[in-house]
Amino acid sequence: MLRTYPFLLMAGLSVALCIVAGGRFVAQDQDHVGQYSQADINYGMRLYGETCIGCHGDGDAVPGVNLRSGQFRSASSDQELMFLIRSGIPDTAMPPGDYNQAELTGLVAYLRTMGDFDLSDVTVGDADRGRGLYAGKGDCARCHRISGEGSRVAPNLSDIGAVRTAGSLAASLVDPTEAMLPINRPVRAVTRDGTLHTGRRLNEDTYTVQLIDQNQRLVSLVKDDLQEYAVLTTSSMPSYEDTMNEQERADVLAYLLTLKGMN
Amino acid sequence: MALATLVRVALSMLMISLLPLTVSAQVTFERLLNAADEPQNWLTYSGGYDSQRHTLLDQITPDNVADLELAWVFQAQSLQAFQTTPLVVDGIMYLTEAPNTVVALDAKLGRVFWRYEYTPAQESRPCCGRVNRGVAILGNTLFMGTIDAQLIAIDAISGRPLWQTSVAEPGAGYALTLSPLVVKDKVVVGIAGGEYGIRGFISAYDVATGEEAWKFYTIPGPGEPGHETWQGDDWKYGGASAWLTGSYDPDVDLIYWGIGNPGPDWNPAQRPGDNLYSDSVVALNPDTGELEWHFQFTPNDPYDYDAVQVPVLVDYPAQDGGTLKLMLWGNRNGFFYVLDRANGRFINGQEFIDINWAEGLTDTGRPIMTPQPPGATTFPGVQGGTNWYSPSYSPSTRLFYLSAWEGYGSVFEAQEAEYQEGRLFLGGRPAAPNPLSVIPGLTRGPINTWTESTGSGSVIAIDPTSGDERWKFEMTDVTSSGILTTASDILFTGGREGYFHALDAREGELLWKTTLGGMIANGPISYAVDGRQYVAVASGNGMFVFALRD
Repeated sequence: MLRTYPFLLMAGLSVALCIVAGGRFVAQDQDHVGQYSQADINYGMRLYGETCIGCHGDGDAVPGVNLRSGQFRSASSDQELMFLIRSGIPDTAMPPGDYNQAELTGLVAYLRTMGDFDLSDVTVGDADRGRGLYAGKGDCARCHRISGEGSRVAPNLSDIGAVRTAGSLAASLVDPTEAMLPINRPVRAVTRDGTLHTGRRLNEDTYTVQLIDQNQRLVSLVKDDLQEYAVLTTSSMPSYEDTMNEQERADVLAYLLTLKGMN
Repeated sequence: MALATLVRVALSMLMISLLPLTVSAQVTFERLLNAADEPQNWLTYSGGYDSQRHTLLDQITPDNVADLELAWVFQAQSLQAFQTTPLVVDGIMYLTEAPNTVVALDAKLGRVFWRYEYTPAQESRPCCGRVNRGVAILGNTLFMGTIDAQLIAIDAISGRPLWQTSVAEPGAGYALTLSPLVVKDKVVVGIAGGEYGIRGFISAYDVATGEEAWKFYTIPGPGEPGHETWQGDDWKYGGASAWLTGSYDPDVDLIYWGIGNPGPDWNPAQRPGDNLYSDSVVALNPDTGELEWHFQFTPNDPYDYDAVQVPVLVDYPAQDGGTLKLMLWGNRNGFFYVLDRANGRFINGQEFIDINWAEGLTDTGRPIMTPQPPGATTFPGVQGGTNWYSPSYSPSTRLFYLSAWEGYGSVFEAQEAEYQEGRLFLGGRPAAPNPLSVIPGLTRGPINTWTESTGSGSVIAIDPTSGDERWKFEMTDVTSSGILTTASDILFTGGREGYFHALDAREGELLWKTTLGGMIANGPISYAVDGRQYVAVASGNGMFVFALRD
């Protein structure tokens, strides 16, 4: 069953977002449909509900400001909008906000699209259920590690909610190969004495490559010492497109987005 | 006092009085003109007015280069990118630490004589790093541009400032990051700030007083030729900075300077026209700043393809027995150009990497542009096929060498931008083709996070007679390093991986390498003290100096 939010019920009330509407530049050149990932929009909507809705309400609660118009006097580009959200607007009620890149990406995606779609269609995940799916059905800890638990073979996820956007994480669950960061590509190397090394690439330069192998050992190889070396483009992570339904993937995504490291 | 004692005292006084002359002779304009005659020194940013970055020192050879060992290291206090090219004058090295500290060292031992620390104004806002690329010298005076757009003269012996001139308003985005160029009795600088909607210029100052001698605006004002390539008030905020050191040809008495991108950077529709003299090379009279000729590489640039490269001047033997006075230019837009530097005539141009923003050049050198559809990747990307990284020309091999980025593209997105003084004026953004990859930018850390999906570095050797690639040395990561060639046919260069390479300049084979651990973002130089040849290169925050094992 899909959970849906009645928009005005999202009532977290800590930070106000006051973006003044009616500026010279408008985002009309941007085709909102499909420009932002749905996962980012969903994440931004959740954050909006936690931090912005107190002042901005449905988007037009601040007099003279209509966020749903997609027009922002003080920010034309997405980068400027992110900067504004982080820095606030001096001498107004709009305070600075301490957001990471994934959160900013989500907020901007939502602000740019909040007038474009029917909110009742949004799938919202449950982080607690996602934690259970991560440990159980997904068997993610077999390769991944969070806060000291799990394997080191695949990338550590302890701060994945801060360093990857919701959109890219959602894509990883469905198509891991397509969403794989180039630095994480598996490598296969055979030394001149015939020793085979396979693992995840950590670093590479003109003369050497560093990896973590299937036994969680750090290995550094000199390319001149190799008789075979290949960087593979297929991820060893399984797709969860068929093994989890949309709600389950949304739950796992919600859990991953809570992972923001030590701080 | 005994006679012998008197004689000893008199001799001591004589020695003391002679000491300053011994330590640091005056660097006259004549010496700068004939820098090649004293290869033990490195007197200008690019090693000489022709900017070939080629040394006639030949003690280090392909046969013994593997015997190089570390002579000394100087650790900078600054953690900013170490982009300086040191000068070496009669055994004394002058380098700059970012943002604006000058250090004089013993070039043989690396020990410091003095430091001059200038604190830039708070409102300075260089777009792309609080960096400095070195000083210029004339007489016993050093000249440094600062990131708050000041030009400062410093006594080369004491390290004390002599005069300071305000070149422009730092709060509006103007800055100086380049090593100045001294020509005759003037010190010439080009302004940075093209990302802030400045109106760029090149200007010259009296070496003795700092008084402005002339100023050439790189965007023509109303009534001036070239102004018609702008519409409305676009010229007022059109960028066209000039943030890298130019070259000088005393025979035709012209200085040559590369000009940066127009602003806003990525929205050409907002500034219709060719936008002269952005992305051009200009030839100026060094006494008056008057424009002699110009050649534009990228009209109405949508990609930030600054023509901010070092003009390399080469006298090449002609088939009729005469001499061709050429300018060789590996441009950020991916084309290698050969121009007649007497008049700016286009002679030849050819891609040195795979590109798709243009399908070629016309007979006059104008690009035949092939804009990519929205969302598609444009090659080269925003950092270009090359950039400010110093190229080299070797009269021995007659090859031109440059640092290139290959397989590197950006997805450009234009947006309307509104000029506000002191704020970035970009007009959109360049995105990585693979949104999952980090874009190669101005610096990098110790880990290669973009790998092969977003480009790689190389050194490319080009035959100027044909524009053809003679050889290529490939690196995994991109490179921001300059290049030095030697009379013994060695090519020294670095890269972002922190390796310092010695290549065979004839064939491109690796002769020797060492890992210095930090990004190399300056151009190596060579000099000699007491008959021993040294090679100096900055890596990370250290200046590493090598020589053959004693």
